[in-house]
Order: sequence, then C-alpha cells, then structure tokens
Amino acid sequence: MIKDLGWKVGGAQGEGIDSTQDIFALSLFRLGYYVSTYRHFMSLIKGGHTNGKVRITSEITGHHGDDLHILLAFDQETINHNFHELIDGGVLIYDTAIKDATVPENDKVNICPVPLTEIAKEAGSPIMKNMVSMGVTAAIIGLTPDDFRSVVVDKFGGKGDEIVDSNIAAIQKGFDFAKENFSATIELPARPELKSERLYISGNDAVSLGAIAGGCRLLAQYPITPATEVMYQIIKQFPQVGGTVVQAEDEIAAVMMSIGANYTGVRSMTATSGPGLSLMMEALGLAGISETPLVIIDVQRSGPSTGLPTKTEQSDLYTMMYGSHGEIPRIVLTPRNVEECFFFTMEAFNLAEKYQCPVIVATDLYMGMNKQTVASIDFDKFKINRGKLISDEQLAELEKGAFKRFDVTPEDGVSFRSIPGQKNGRFVAMGNEHDEVGVEMEEPELRVKQMDKRAKKLVNFNDVAGATYVGAENAELLLVDFGSMTGPQREVYEELAAEGVSVGHLSIARLLPFPTEEIKGYINNAKKVLVTEMNSTGQLKNQLKQFINGDHNKFESCLKYSGDPFLVNEIYAKAKALADSLKKEVTL
Amino acid sequence: MATIVDFRAEKPNWCPGCGDFTVLAALQKAAVNIGLEPEEMVTVSGIGCSGKLSQYMGSFGFHSLHGRSLPVATAVKLANRDLTVVAAGGDGDGYGIGMGHFIHAMRRNIDITYLVMDNHIYGLTTGQTSPTSDKGSKTKTAPEGAVEEPVHPLQMAIMAGCGFVAQGYSGNLKQLTELIEKGIQHRGFSLINIYSPCVTFNKVNTYDYYKANLVNVDDDASYDKTDRFAAIRKIEEAEENVTGILYHDPSKQAYDEVLRGYPEQAIAKNDLKFTREQWEKLAVQFK
Ligand SMILES: Cc1ncc(C[n+]2csc(CCOP(=O)(O)OP(=O)(O)O)c2C)c(N)n1
Ligand code: SF4
Repeated sequence: MIKDLGWKVGGAQGEGIDSTQDIFALSLFRLGYYVSTYRHFMSLIKGGHTNGKVRITSEITGHHGDDLHILLAFDQETINHNFHELIDGGVLIYDTAIKDATVPENDKVNICPVPLTEIAKEAGSPIMKNMVSMGVTAAIIGLTPDDFRSVVVDKFGGKGDEIVDSNIAAIQKGFDFAKENFSATIELPARPELKSERLYISGNDAVSLGAIAGGCRLLAQYPITPATEVMYQIIKQFPQVGGTVVQAEDEIAAVMMSIGANYTGVRSMTATSGPGLSLMMEALGLAGISETPLVIIDVQRSGPSTGLPTKTEQSDLYTMMYGSHGEIPRIVLTPRNVEECFFFTMEAFNLAEKYQCPVIVATDLYMGMNKQTVASIDFDKFKINRGKLISDEQLAELEKGAFKRFDVTPEDGVSFRSIPGQKNGRFVAMGNEHDEVGVEMEEPELRVKQMDKRAKKLVNFNDVAGATYVGAENAELLLVDFGSMTGPQREVYEELAAEGVSVGHLSIARLLPFPTEEIKGYINNAKKVLVTEMNSTGQLKNQLKQFINGDHNKFESCLKYSGDPFLVNEIYAKAKALADSLKKEVTL
Repeated sequence: MATIVDFRAEKPNWCPGCGDFTVLAALQKAAVNIGLEPEEMVTVSGIGCSGKLSQYMGSFGFHSLHGRSLPVATAVKLANRDLTVVAAGGDGDGYGIGMGHFIHAMRRNIDITYLVMDNHIYGLTTGQTSPTSDKGSKTKTAPEGAVEEPVHPLQMAIMAGCGFVAQGYSGNLKQLTELIEKGIQHRGFSLINIYSPCVTFNKVNTYDYYKANLVNVDDDASYDKTDRFAAIRKIEEAEENVTGILYHDPSKQAYDEVLRGYPEQAIAKNDLKFTREQWEKLAVQFK
C-alpha cells in the first residue's frame, strides 16, 4: 500500500480540533505533500469526542489511510478511542494537563507526555497548545518550526505581528521540549516536487467553485449537514460574479426557487442531503415534465430519516434514480474524487440546459466535508453550452402564438426554450401534461407523444463518461464502486494487482443514464464481481443486476453502514478472500 | 402598446359564474392600464381552479405545484428584476399547503403581487374544507361543520410586515382592477385577498352574501391605511367583510434592493463569462 504517515488530533468538540488539523494539513500540503483528511465529529456543539486525521503521502490518494503513526491527545477520551489505531513504533503525544492520564499498557508505542497547556501559557496563552503540539510533531517527523510559518502568518496575520510571533514561539518551545525529552522519530514519505497548481480543498468547496465557474448565479438552499458548507462558500464568492444566495424557508422552497430561476434563464442550483432530497421529490417531477433545467447537489449522509447526521453513507441511490412519482428523464452523476466534484458540477449546468431536465450530482459527507490535495484543475477545459435557447430573431419570424415550446419533432427530444422577457416567446411551464404549445391537455395520443419526446432526450447520452476501468484484460476479479469509494478501492486494486491477482477496477461515474454498454463487457468477463458501497442493501449492486443481463450469482457485496468510512483493509480482506476462492476453483 | 387581447390566452374552463373570471379580467385590465407588454410579465400559480389563471393570462406563465407558487415567483423576480411578477392561487393553495412560503415571502418583502382567490372551499378537488372555511361550515370533509378556527390572512399579513394588504371581491371588477394595479406598483410584497365565489361547491359565501355584507374602506375618506393597528381593528370589527386597501407602507425596501451581491443589472441579463483571472482569485484561497 501507499507509503504514508497518519497523524490524528483529538479532543472535546469546540476545543479547536478542526483548526489544529487544518494547520497541520495545510502546512504539509504547502511543503509539497499530498494530504487526505478525515474529520470525525458528532451532532453536538460542545463536549463529545471529536478528532481529525491527516494522511500524508507522496502520491495522490482518495483515502485518509488505515494506519495511525502519531496521535495527539488533548483529552483522555482521545486516548481511549484512538490509541488502538497506533501502529507499532507509533507515538502518542498527550497533554499532561489531562488529570491522571491513563495510557493502555504496551511496549510498542512511544509515549510522549508534554505539558502542552503549560508551555502554551508560558508562550502567552493556553489556547496555543495546538501550536506547541505542532512543534512537538515537527521534532518527531523531522520538520522545523519554520515549516509551519506560512500557515501561521496566513491564519493570524490579520491579528498583528505580535500574535504571529507568539504562535511561532509556541511552536519553537514545543519543538525544543521534544528534542530535549524524546528520541522517537517517524519518517515522512519522500517529499514530492512542489507544484503550484495543486489545491487543498474539500468536495463541498469544489462543488461550490464548480458551480460558480459553471455559471450558477442563484443558489437557493436550506441548511443541512453536510451540505451547508456549499452555501457558506458560495455566499463568500458570489459578490465577485454577481450572483445571489437565498436561504430558503425549507427544501421545497429551495428547489422551487431553483426551478424558477432556471425558467427565467439564470443558472441555479440547490444543495442538500437525504432528508432535504426527500422533500424535493415532487419538484423533481415538475422540472422533468415542464422541461426546466435543474441542478441538485446531494451530499449524502447516513439515513434513514435523520439517521446519523454527521456520518457518511451512500444510500440515496434509489431516491436519486427513481424518486418522485411518474417517469421523467434525469441525469445522476457521481463524482469519484474532489476534482470531479468541481468538473461534474460545472458540467451539470451544461447538461441541465442541454437536455432541459434535472441533473443530480451525488457526493457524500466523506468526500464533501474532508479536504485533500487535488493535483490540478484545468479550468480551461470547460466551455459553457446553454443548449437550445431560441433567439429573439427566430421568435420574430414566427406568427404570434405559434411558438411551440414543447415541439415533438426534434429527433433528440429537445425543443427550443424561450425565456421570460422574449417577445413572442410566451409559454406556460407546467406540471400538467400539455400539448406542443404548452396548453394543458389530456388526449391520449398527445400525452404519449409528449412522454416519448421527453424519454428520447437521454437515449444517446455520451456527454460524461459513465465509468473508468483499469486493470487486466478479462480480469477474473472485478472490483466495482462509485463516488467516494473509488479512492480506497483503488488502493485495494493496486495491492492485489501487485500480488499478481487477475483483477480489474471499474468505478462508476454516472448512475443515470446507466452506463450499461460501457461496462457490461467487464462485468460479463469477470468470474466474480465485488461491489463496494456504503449502504446495507447493495443499492449499486442491485442496479448492476437490473441493467446488465447475465449471471447474477457472481455478484458479491462489500458493505459498510456503521457511519464510519471504510478502511482500505476491510475492503482488501473481502477482495483477497474472493481472489483466493477463485484460485481454489481453478486448482480443484 | 398592448391591449386586452394581447393578454388573452386559452379560453378558461371554469364553471360559468365562477368568481375567478373576474380576477382574470381584472389582472388583464390592470396590466394594460399600467402599460405592460405580455413578455414583460410572468404569472406564477399553484394548483386548484384558481391555479389555472396562469394558463389563461397571456403573459409568460408558470403553473407550478400545489402551494408552491411563491418560491417560484420569488426566484423569477430575483433572476430578472425587470419583470413584473404576479403569483396567484387559492385559499387552500396559499394558506393551507403553502402557508409557510406565504409568511416567508412577506418576511423577505420580495417585489411580487400575490392574488389569492379565496372561495372558502377547495374547488378543484370538489368541495372540502379550506383553511378559510368559516367555523361550522358544512363541507364534504366536515359534514357536521368545521370545528377549526379559520385563518385570518389579512391580519396575518399585516402582522408579518407585509407593506401592501388589500382585499377585493369578484363582484366589483373596477375596484379589483385598481387594487391589482396598485399592488403591482407597490415596490415590495403585496397581498390581495379576493373573495371569489365558488358557485358550484360553496352555497354560503355567494355573491348575494358578499353584496349584503361587504363594506368598502376605499370609499371611507376617514380611514387611515397607514396605521396597522387601526387596520387590524377595522378588519376584526367588520369580521373581515371589507374591501379596499387595508394597509399600505411604501417605505420598506424590497428584497432585491437589500440582497448582498445582487447586481445592478438583472441577473438573467448578465453573461456567464468566467475568466481565468477570476478563477485564479478563487483558487488561491485553497493553496
Ligand atoms: C401535493 C398535492 N396535494 C394535493 C393535491 C390535490 N389538490 C389539488 S387542488 C387542491 C385544493 C385547491 O383548493 P384551493 O387552493 O382553495 O383552490 P380552488 O380550487 O378552490 O380555486 C388540492 C387539495 C395536489 N394537487 N397536490
Ligand atoms: S369548482 Fe368552484 S372554484 Fe372551481 S371553477 Fe367551478 S366555481 Fe370556480
């Protein structure tokens, strides 16, 4: 597996754990390393245990890593919950301010008690204990206090030089203390070349930037973890591009506003999570039948109902693919890494206008709320395509009232769209079935024509690749996943391939239109298909069974729905067992 | 200049005598009187007999979901502030399923005019109790008489900070037209509740009933429509059997005037260009 260094900080919620994690990760990112982070938090504001992990590698990854090399504990809970994750030779750093700290008996982990709070007090303020701990960490992993300087300057520069200096001094004190008292060292992976185009960014932030770059100018949203950050980010950036954010009164209003803005010619979206998505189902159908573009971001979390609000899952597949009554064409994209969160959101606006239908971009809490290094974002690749908007000139040539907004003749099922304000472009968008002009009607023949027209839209869809495959031709064991599971599963694939297993990795980027043609060869060639997903019923696996003819007995599931993301090893164990069972079949 | 013909679309299929015909006629006349062109106006409606209004009005239209006209209308206005936006629906649509949006649209003071065709009954679904049905009124879903208090939209709107609150009546086209004109001209959210009889399912709140009971505050020179507490008193005294402008405060700023980041020019008229320079500025925050 990828050589890495795993570092984790833990404490009580509200104790600055997030910012400590962020300072460490950003500093290592700026040194050129690839970082992958994971925040464990609870649906509480104060108290409760929270921790933040940072994985440092010299290659890009989409997983926060199984191994823990350094644990930094601000409270006893952190030791209790996380000590067992430390590898042999790992280091526990804890604050001696923890009264009667108890550390499990062991002779394999280096224990470094440090008076973090006390040193911080000497440096000026007890809140700087996180800085002291940066210094201790630096001493152990072979960095210098100066390696943290740029981040300290950025974070505290606004508060004056004095604050910056005392923070740097706190780091130095921690560093000196560790040098004097401990000899434990942990080696960092090889330092990669520093590339300036790299970003340190979360899925939610990438979605937000993708929306802005993709022309979104009205965001209507109702707060819900883990999607709220999208709203924060867009509120921050919109003034630069002339867009506006409405904090709607509920998710129904949010999605209806998004539909209203799109109808009026403004690219608009809403972002939500499971409970909100459920509330939007009636509106999804409205966008479909009225052929109004719509973009919905679903940052999935653990359900059902309020479930585990701060934990991750991938269990909204059925809702996204089949939710809402009746039948409409829709597109469901599943970005597999943070970079794709950016591009798929951008592209979602083109697709929504090109096909005049709803587009759902499915991420999850794991990818949405955790930052990682993105190699580069080639923003110039993107071109805005507004689809079939009718021009004022075209409208002027028509007889008054002759504009057929829902013309059934185009082969691709997409008719020209007018925008309020356009002379002679009048039509009524509606949820009722209608004729070609847009007048409500119930005639069976016309109804069938309109249904067929809409269904035609996505038949030849090939705008976004449906899946990516790597691996041996005719691989016997095929690993399949989608969304954020592609990151850890890729590591499993690499490991098995290195062991000489006949293995392939197929990651799905699009659930609708389902990429049947693109993937059926891989599925049909494999002897076993392992589908890894974060839900309890195997929703993706069931789609494969539905859309792909052939032997359904070869599908196996690797499922997790505890709320915690998969460890690479958990997937590996399952995949390895399958690979071994295949070997046995051959030798028997 | 557009004429009434330009604002006519499909032939309505309301029951003969339905109060909604007058509402449509008043809206068409008001649009002409103000000098609007059909393409400069969007009528957004919910679902119900009343919701059909958007189809019959010759402006751009959006016949949305049951109870959801206001969020759509809000976004249409935000997307293009140069458009005149009218939202419309019934008492069930607006004060039942859509009640939440009603209060919040007023809170935002978005510049739209909201016409509620209040017939005290659910028409399209053939005669169930509505939120404005009088206590004790017998309907298909309350055969022994409704036991709930009705909602009081006028008082509610005044208390929610709505800057233009009026009530019209389908038996008075002239007054209703004026109310709609003034409502459209008011910069901010305007509520016009309209007693629009359902001749098929409501045998109590009929034209005769209103003729006998309604008083018109527009005829009363002593009525001070800028005093919100006096307005509420008047409405309560008359047991809501009043027409005219009940409350008007033109001083409040509309939503699009106070929204952060809202551009001078209508959003719909801006191009979507996003430059490399803008991208660099965003990206640097993540380095
Ligand atoms: C979500 C939803 N629930 C229920 C309905 C059924 N429905 C259609 S119109 C209506 C009531 C209409 O009453 P009102 O708003 O008073 O309008 P009117 O027909 O009296 O003008 C109902 C319940 C629906 N269309 N959508
Ligand atoms: S049922 Fe009532 S509200 Fe509906 S059209 Fe007929 S009279 Fe009008």
